[in-house]
Amino acid sequence: MRSRVVLRRLLRNRQARSGCLALILLVALAYLGPYAGPYDWTDKDFLAFLSPPSADHWWGTTSIGQDMYAVTLRGMQKSIVIGVLVALISTGLAAMVGAFAGYFGGWVDRLLMWGVDLLLVLPSFLIIAIISPRLRGASWLWFVVLLAAFTWMITSRVVRSMTLSLREREYVLAAAYMGIPRWKIIFRHIVPNLASLLIIDATLNVSAAIIGEAALSFFGFGIQPPDVSLGTLIAEGSRNATGYPWLFAFPAGLLVVLVLSVNLIGDGLRDALDPGSTS
Amino acid sequence: MSILQVRDLTVTFPGGVQAVRGVSYEVSRGEVLGIVGESGSGKSVTSLAVMGLLPPGAVVSGSVTLHGRELIGVQEDELTRVRGKSISMIFQDPLSAFTPVYTIGAQIAEAVRVHQKTGKDKAAKRAVELLDLVGIPHPDARARAFPHEFSGGMRQRAMIAMAIANDPDLLICDEPTTALDVTIQAQVLEVLKTAQRETGAGIVMITHDLGVIAGMADRVLVMYAGRPVEQGPVDELYYRPRMPYTMGLLASIPRVDGAEGPLVPIEGNPPSPAALPPGCPFAPRCPMRIDVCDEEEPPLTAVGGGRHVACVRSREIEHKALTGADVYPLPVIPPSGAVRVPRERRATVLELTDLVRHYPLMKGAVFKRRVGTVHAVDGVSFDIAEGETLALVGESGCGKTTTLQQIMRLEPPQSGHVVVLGQDSARLGKAERKALRGDLQIVFQDPMAALDPRMPVGDVIAEPLRAHGRRNVAARVAELLELVGLSPEHAERYPQQFSGGQRQRIGIARALALEPRLLVLDEPVSALDVSIQAGIINLLEELKNTLGLSYLFVAHDLAVVRHLADRVAVMYLGRIAEIGAVENVYDRPAHPYTQALLSAIPLPDPERERARRRILLQGDPPSPADPPSGCRFRTRCPKFARLGEAERRRCVNEEPSVVRLANATGERPDHGAACHYAEEIEVIPASDDQEEK
Repeated sequence: MRSRVVLRRLLRNRQARSGCLALILLVALAYLGPYAGPYDWTDKDFLAFLSPPSADHWWGTTSIGQDMYAVTLRGMQKSIVIGVLVALISTGLAAMVGAFAGYFGGWVDRLLMWGVDLLLVLPSFLIIAIISPRLRGASWLWFVVLLAAFTWMITSRVVRSMTLSLREREYVLAAAYMGIPRWKIIFRHIVPNLASLLIIDATLNVSAAIIGEAALSFFGFGIQPPDVSLGTLIAEGSRNATGYPWLFAFPAGLLVVLVLSVNLIGDGLRDALDPGSTS
Repeated sequence: MSILQVRDLTVTFPGGVQAVRGVSYEVSRGEVLGIVGESGSGKSVTSLAVMGLLPPGAVVSGSVTLHGRELIGVQEDELTRVRGKSISMIFQDPLSAFTPVYTIGAQIAEAVRVHQKTGKDKAAKRAVELLDLVGIPHPDARARAFPHEFSGGMRQRAMIAMAIANDPDLLICDEPTTALDVTIQAQVLEVLKTAQRETGAGIVMITHDLGVIAGMADRVLVMYAGRPVEQGPVDELYYRPRMPYTMGLLASIPRVDGAEGPLVPIEGNPPSPAALPPGCPFAPRCPMRIDVCDEEEPPLTAVGGGRHVACVRSREIEHKALTGADVYPLPVIPPSGAVRVPRERRATVLELTDLVRHYPLMKGAVFKRRVGTVHAVDGVSFDIAEGETLALVGESGCGKTTTLQQIMRLEPPQSGHVVVLGQDSARLGKAERKALRGDLQIVFQDPMAALDPRMPVGDVIAEPLRAHGRRNVAARVAELLELVGLSPEHAERYPQQFSGGQRQRIGIARALALEPRLLVLDEPVSALDVSIQAGIINLLEELKNTLGLSYLFVAHDLAVVRHLADRVAVMYLGRIAEIGAVENVYDRPAHPYTQALLSAIPLPDPERERARRRILLQGDPPSPADPPSGCRFRTRCPKFARLGEAERRRCVNEEPSVVRLANATGERPDHGAACHYAEEIEVIPASDDQEEK
């Protein structure tokens, strides 16, 4: 019944509807858009270096004559997947680890929190530097896993402390007295009551992952040239943002629209899950 | 001569919500005005408006005059000269009313120095005098203590000391005893009376407890939906109420002095101040509603004898001498089939033998070491027969809740036995324990906290059904909702869309889902308003009789217990002090603690309440980490104080166990007390209808 009620509330929510629509349009643009453009992302137009947007090159060209329209869309294909996957994995992991540690307590709590503290203390760059040579040539999806693995710890500590207070609520006790297994109580009563925090965390993680990916690419890990992502395009374009604004404006603009649409969906989902909201 | 005059006071909060809509009253010197009303009736907002303590967004209009001086619209610095000097306030929660980082003495001295030009030492001396006046032992030492070192009752006394520090003309008490246990409440009310005698101040007493008002007040103001609906001298109002709401309120309270039969519930819920019905706000719930009621809100009109009533049919009520029991439809509760069989031949559903639960008291941050033991439950034994209600009563900290948890967990106890439906909890396998959970369910105290706010009500009720693999869940949910008086269409709503009483009904529906045989009720009505409470009590009684349930009922309200329970067990510091059939324990209590407890409960009957003599207990209950040797109650026992030296020795050295009283007679010779010198006495004056029997 809960899933039906939440779905109905979600569909009634205007923010969520427009957010979903925007995300679908962005995905369509990323995957179908390249067929509409005159150039492929690997093509180089040696007659137009750094040319501003025109009828031929809709979003201008780069310093080596790549068509910005084709390149940006190619980058966005990767970035949408990276952003959404990293957000889902890291928030999901944070929720699981935090809720289990907080609800079970005792040695489970100590073990999980010891792991969390260890990951917080270790410099993530160091680990990535050690692992990256071994993953060279492997699927770039490994990169998603690694990015997610280094972003969830702080949230999981917050989740744990909130779980500690939720654990004492009478409805959690009531469920235990009904004979419901503890892992089920966590999924049914603890996690839904943390939904507002988790949704905000996930939406923030989307943009953090896309930007963070660019930083790691700089150190030679992740998406490597000639392949591109929104992150690498923004990092490159920002250096010449005043002189050649189209190099920066299009990828950055798309990132903003992407994050905005995810935020709208998140807000809608939060309202749909929260019985207190009237919208 | 009146000290305070309030005329047409209205309070409007941002958003156009009128919380108070035209309140007028006056208080004279030495007079106690009681303001009664349910939550949301605007009684607290009224007093905050008088003090000028409302948040900045609230718009106050009307007039409040103190000694003829207008207080509304006055500058803040002028108000601060009045506050604490001429008017003081006593709040409900004394813990949050003191600053935790200053000593009690310093805070009282500060209150003195703010309004009087005295030296520091003089103010400190005055603080000690005040603490002595309100009955705090060793006042000079306790003045140097911090608020957290005081118990709840002590803090409330200190609060009273602070309030009377400047000899105010008016004391406003906002639910001053609601957070306290009954024996402490009796002490604090006594202190309030002393404070009034010392200062000669007028008192505005705001409470929802009609018993407290009956004993304290000279005049009473009944509020409903932000307006006074009836006002008058206390005796007149209690014995001859003229407004259906007051009549219902008086008929809906369970009374500790007896009167069997169903309580009178007032149907429906108080209206939200944002959406008041047209006409009389009480009309939708009123059994005497006529068409005129919906047209116009009746004004509060004087009817002679200092009384004011806001009801178009008040003359008729007066003429026919109607009471709540006459106008409100009495619910019919079918009799129980189980009680016809004598208790000895009924099956036992729950048996506790010498149940013990101790908690270690740890100290130290890195290396924890045990510094003591909290004796939360220390050898409790009782049993419940089929179809019976056993009430476990006692003050906070006596181990009621711990006992409940030990039963509900169905795990081996530290010591002793918990036997549920013939199965010992220490010998249960995993599958057996789960199956047994279906027969043993719980209803919690706080109806908001007991339901997952993020779960539609249908899922809440279906949860136990699904957990135990029942099929046809949707049909059963609809059936359960109807059983507790809700509509099946409500299944898709969230808990917060329901009122407190409805939420408690949902909690009961969930507990009944698996058709349990024993229901544990943890203070099921204490969070509800009086008029709602009656409906839930009736529902519980009806369910018990129709479904053949047994109840273990935990409560601190002895009046509710008398109404609902067959047997009662009184707990003190982790042990049972007295146990027996309700009529035996209430009419002839044998343990000094039970006697004090029963005599502390205020009766909603002004004449009898004034005529009663209370057995006041000294001090607070000792800490369960360090219970006294021998009899645990001896440190506060009024009987112990009267004993001779040789008799006392037995109390100090020998712990009494529950002994069946030799002269327990009557229909059910079931009465035992844990006292070496048990002696039955009567502490509650018999009610009229009992005398008739």
